Amino acid sequence: MERRDFLKLGGLIIGFPAALPRQLQAAGGFTPNGWLRIGQAGDITVLLENTDIGQGSWTGLAMLVAEELDADWNSVRIIQAPADPKVYPHLSTGGSGATIAGWEYLRQAGAQAREMLITAAANRWKVSHETCRAEESRVRHQPSGRSFTYGDLVEDAAKLTPPDPKKAPLKDPKDYRLIGRAVPRPDVPLKVDGSAKYGIDVQVPGMLYAVVARCPTFGGKPKKYDTAAAKRIPGVREVFEISAIGRMPNTAGGIAVVADNTWAAMQGRKALAATWDLGPNALESSETLRELAHKQLQGPATYVIQERGNAEQAFAGAAKVVEAIYELPFQPHATMEPMNCTADVRADGIDIWTGTQCAREIKNLLAGFSGLPSEAITIHNQWAGGGFGRRYQWDYPTEAWQISKAAGKPVKLTWTREDDMQHDFYRPLSYHRLRAALGSDGRPIAWTHRIVSTSIREVFDPPERLKDPAGVARQEYGGSEVLYSIPKLRVDYAPLPSCVRRAWWRSVSASFNGFAVESFIDELAHAAGRNPLDFRLDLLRDEGEDAAIIRRIRKILEVVADKGGWAKPAPAGCARGIAAFYSFGSVIGYVATVSKEPNGTIRVRQVTGAVDCGTAVNPDSVKMMVEGGAIFGLSATLQGEVTVANGAIVQTNFDGYRAVRMADAPAIDVHVVNSGAEIGGMGEPGVPPIAPAVANAVFALTGERPRRLPINRS
Amino acid sequence: MEPKTPPRRRVRLFRNAFTHRQLAGQNNFICFLLTEGPDTRQFDVMAITITINGAKRVLNDDPGTPLLWVLRDTLALTGTKFGCGAGLCGACTVHLDGKAVRSCTTPISTVGLRQVTTIEGLSPNRSHPLQRAWIAEQVPQCGYCQSGQIMSAAALLAGKPKPTDAEIDAAMSGNICRCGTYCRIRRAIHRAAQGAA
Repeated sequence: MERRDFLKLGGLIIGFPAALPRQLQAAGGFTPNGWLRIGQAGDITVLLENTDIGQGSWTGLAMLVAEELDADWNSVRIIQAPADPKVYPHLSTGGSGATIAGWEYLRQAGAQAREMLITAAANRWKVSHETCRAEESRVRHQPSGRSFTYGDLVEDAAKLTPPDPKKAPLKDPKDYRLIGRAVPRPDVPLKVDGSAKYGIDVQVPGMLYAVVARCPTFGGKPKKYDTAAAKRIPGVREVFEISAIGRMPNTAGGIAVVADNTWAAMQGRKALAATWDLGPNALESSETLRELAHKQLQGPATYVIQERGNAEQAFAGAAKVVEAIYELPFQPHATMEPMNCTADVRADGIDIWTGTQCAREIKNLLAGFSGLPSEAITIHNQWAGGGFGRRYQWDYPTEAWQISKAAGKPVKLTWTREDDMQHDFYRPLSYHRLRAALGSDGRPIAWTHRIVSTSIREVFDPPERLKDPAGVARQEYGGSEVLYSIPKLRVDYAPLPSCVRRAWWRSVSASFNGFAVESFIDELAHAAGRNPLDFRLDLLRDEGEDAAIIRRIRKILEVVADKGGWAKPAPAGCARGIAAFYSFGSVIGYVATVSKEPNGTIRVRQVTGAVDCGTAVNPDSVKMMVEGGAIFGLSATLQGEVTVANGAIVQTNFDGYRAVRMADAPAIDVHVVNSGAEIGGMGEPGVPPIAPAVANAVFALTGERPRRLPINRS
Repeated sequence: MEPKTPPRRRVRLFRNAFTHRQLAGQNNFICFLLTEGPDTRQFDVMAITITINGAKRVLNDDPGTPLLWVLRDTLALTGTKFGCGAGLCGACTVHLDGKAVRSCTTPISTVGLRQVTTIEGLSPNRSHPLQRAWIAEQVPQCGYCQSGQIMSAAALLAGKPKPTDAEIDAAMSGNICRCGTYCRIRRAIHRAAQGAA
């Protein structure tokens, strides 16, 4: 392993390797498993197959290994493991799953190595294993006080047969030295001086630069364009069409302009003056979708997600019936780094440089397209300028493969912001009709929820699978489970067909179902004349198979209410709202304080958060994810949306799509609760409860219930 | 020296004789042709000299090329990021004579004698008080916008050493962060302003 593969910073090194584990092995040292190499100098390399797209997972995951290894944290360096499914079980970064998955096997990987190092030391001293202890990268023989550094033991340990990692003893949580500590993230220094290299920064020898002109209308194709005009731009080398490819990569196809630099390619694309055959979707718009959605809210369901008792019957005996419809628009990911990918397609292999959440899928996909074995395809994963689910797609690497193959050279494909905004895989457009029957005591006796959305599966699944209505609904109802104690319940689904591409957007369906459920429970509290916090706590009963989760939600509500000053009057001109939500194994609650500006817009002034992810491996990263989840969710709550006209996304840049900026951003304080419950994810669960917390606060302030997001629609 | 006609049009005078590849890829060749041509002033049009992080750089890029793409593609100073190409997100922020500008909408022909400072030139070894504060507050998540955030904040502090929250809002609202690091950015600016980093 060459030093230049790492970026050194104060003892801790973090970077992306050009080498693979077998080369790592060839470099010598002690490599008990795929996640770990210890060099003779005592240097410890942790290889991680997940992608750190800013969620701090690398630091937390390396802490798991280092904790059980009893490593000196300052000698740990982290590198990206290659996308080798034979070695690594969790190559895909999504579903807030990195720490949930790694919690067991990464601690076991560290423990396995620690046990081998202890055995190596005990053998040298000819003493029993039990008399030796590991600490801070040393093995100490306790009776005599003698010790070896890990570096001293590397050669001997490497000769031992690795024991079953599943049997390696794991620490009692009270003995943790690293887990639970706010450890500074080693990637931070690289991100304050411009030295972190993202996919878009990649330069390889002989590389050309490309952009693609795509039809803005989904499903359209090129009609006329001026190749000669594009080629007249200095630096433009080639202009050619690439075809659209359907299900899985879902590429739009279009006209590739290949040039000596990015600017020339962009100018060449402009010179094409392309016109388009808009195809079959040109009549779709936000208005047509909304009209159809409202029909689907009232019509028959295609799939019943959850049914408990006869909810309809209960409405007949209700003291009060409450009904509400909630509407949530398409949302772009709008990662700060637009999509990009560098590809070098050769007859014998393909190299891909990009920041991706799904290296394995890209490898398999390109193997299928090219006919090459997947081992011939190397993914060089890079720092990614945001993911939020967008980098769990195959489209931009597929385009880069098409272009490099045609150009016969390595090519860096860059998407402009306009490309990124108009050809995203958006959060589904969704509509929700909720009805509740309240008993004479004000408690709900029945609850129904109709979800209507542009389903994700419709974009990805083959037609035969889409014949099954359960399959269509599959990714649309997460987060619609009502944990409040309500005797009769029905949640069902009806689809909303659309040409707009959509997929996984940070917290997926929990982001829209969470808004509907946590807004509606607030409406019920007000209808019953109850304090929304007390109403929730009353309905969160310690019973049933979800009792453990319900207890955690109660605790989070109590903590966030206390820290967020729920019982105290809000500042003049302000009001507070509360919401809590369980998703991806974690519970997060918010108290949001809002005000109304003189121009009528809603402003969020303060957000207090409480979080329980079981064990906060790195509490500062956990706080950071709650802050980030809240702000990401606020863009979609307050002002961000994309709309459809002529089968295309209307917004093209950050003028039309209005992300939260510094002046819009509230102060956020976050409180971590370590319940010791099974470990939960942190990438996504900060998002769902922010929209209802804010909407509930707006109702408290104005008496008007925001049921259509974003609240400050332009 | 001011060209009498837009530079790109002058280049086009030669296009009939040479393929676009020759024109595009081989600047020395073009310069030779231009100096041999009837109007030798075109040599000055093609070569623009600007000072970046204290070093003079002679550029043969099209004068209309935004500074961003010269930094990134020509000079491999990739710390300055492309975010929107329209001056809307701040990811490409650099300093011209200490003032924060969006390099994605700044053609190199307009830089003139002003000193360009990029994130790479802000300090040696991350020693600028803002860089230290950014590390202390653990600001970055994905990190992509942070070069631009720091350059905007550095220009702010240069003019207002102790900015108020309102001044921070005004100076920093041109920089978008999708990861949502705003409250840490604000804390880091205050920390740097207090000399506590």
